[in-house]
Amino acid sequence: MEHTQTIPGAPPITHGEAAPAIPSFEIIPVKGIPLVALAIIGLIAAIVSEELWALEFAHVVAGGLWTGIDLFVGLIIGPILGRLSPQGRVEFSTRFMPKMVLLMPTLVAVTLVAGWSLANHTGDIAVMYPDHWWLTASFIVVGIMSVIALGFLEPANLAVLFELKKPQPDPELIGRLMKRFVYAAGITGVMQLATLIIMTRIATW
Amino acid sequence: MVNEQKLPPVGELAILTMTLVVSGGIYMAAHIPDDVPTLLPTALTVLAAVILAVNVVLLSRVKNFAWPIFRQVAGWSLVGYGVISGLLLWVFIRDAIPNDVMTLLAASLVIFAVNIPLHFGFAVARFQPVES
Repeated sequence: MEHTQTIPGAPPITHGEAAPAIPSFEIIPVKGIPLVALAIIGLIAAIVSEELWALEFAHVVAGGLWTGIDLFVGLIIGPILGRLSPQGRVEFSTRFMPKMVLLMPTLVAVTLVAGWSLANHTGDIAVMYPDHWWLTASFIVVGIMSVIALGFLEPANLAVLFELKKPQPDPELIGRLMKRFVYAAGITGVMQLATLIIMTRIATW
Repeated sequence: MVNEQKLPPVGELAILTMTLVVSGGIYMAAHIPDDVPTLLPTALTVLAAVILAVNVVLLSRVKNFAWPIFRQVAGWSLVGYGVISGLLLWVFIRDAIPNDVMTLLAASLVIFAVNIPLHFGFAVARFQPVES
């Protein structure tokens, strides 16, 4: 007898069909670690040099990538991922999600640390209220995004990767965690629109 | 065998700890470079530390748990988020932030650097088979 199991936001999995084949993958892509180290060394060099261009470069490049990736993953990749076949989702996830484990914390760290240093360097941090509210708003937006990303998105990402490493992964659990990942990415993606408004406002006052 | 026992609310408490630390950080950052009233951030940081301690105790009492996986995930996360916290601390020290505020920021970053690995380790290990 054919039995259908439904995972929210995903095509049904029919028991009796072959389980998705899981390609071998690394949870933390070791080859990427030197690139992370390079980014951190570059950030430290930019701060020590106290060069406006270097700080601006680190903040704008990392922040732009962080914002762009959050928007793209949350609003474009996420909905597509939810509608892929189980095999397609597994193939994509095992290649995509390990890279996110290294990439996103690095971009967030470089953006925040360079941004704080830049604001001190330019004197923006010392601007008086009511203009200072723009800075405070950026802190609030980043704070909410960090709680969502670290509280829901990243744990779901890691749990999916470890589940996929099991000899017999649980498709229902993966579906539940992926749903959490996609919703969290969508919320942070929408919040990044606020970041764009705030940052372009601060850059032009 | 996958862990099917009722687990303590480690994830929820970790998110609450994170929210308290982030709220205190936002409050302090919103006042810098002016004088920062420290009463509220001190209360938030102490509360976060207490909840983190309770969370560690609750988790340590769990008998059947995938501890090797927990240690693996928490260990790597501690390295990553320890580096991030260290960078933020270094930048704050360079900016010559007053001692009382600096102490609070340092305490918040230490709580953050311990809380995140705890949360990540639990989030993964809870779905992993318990080794007999």
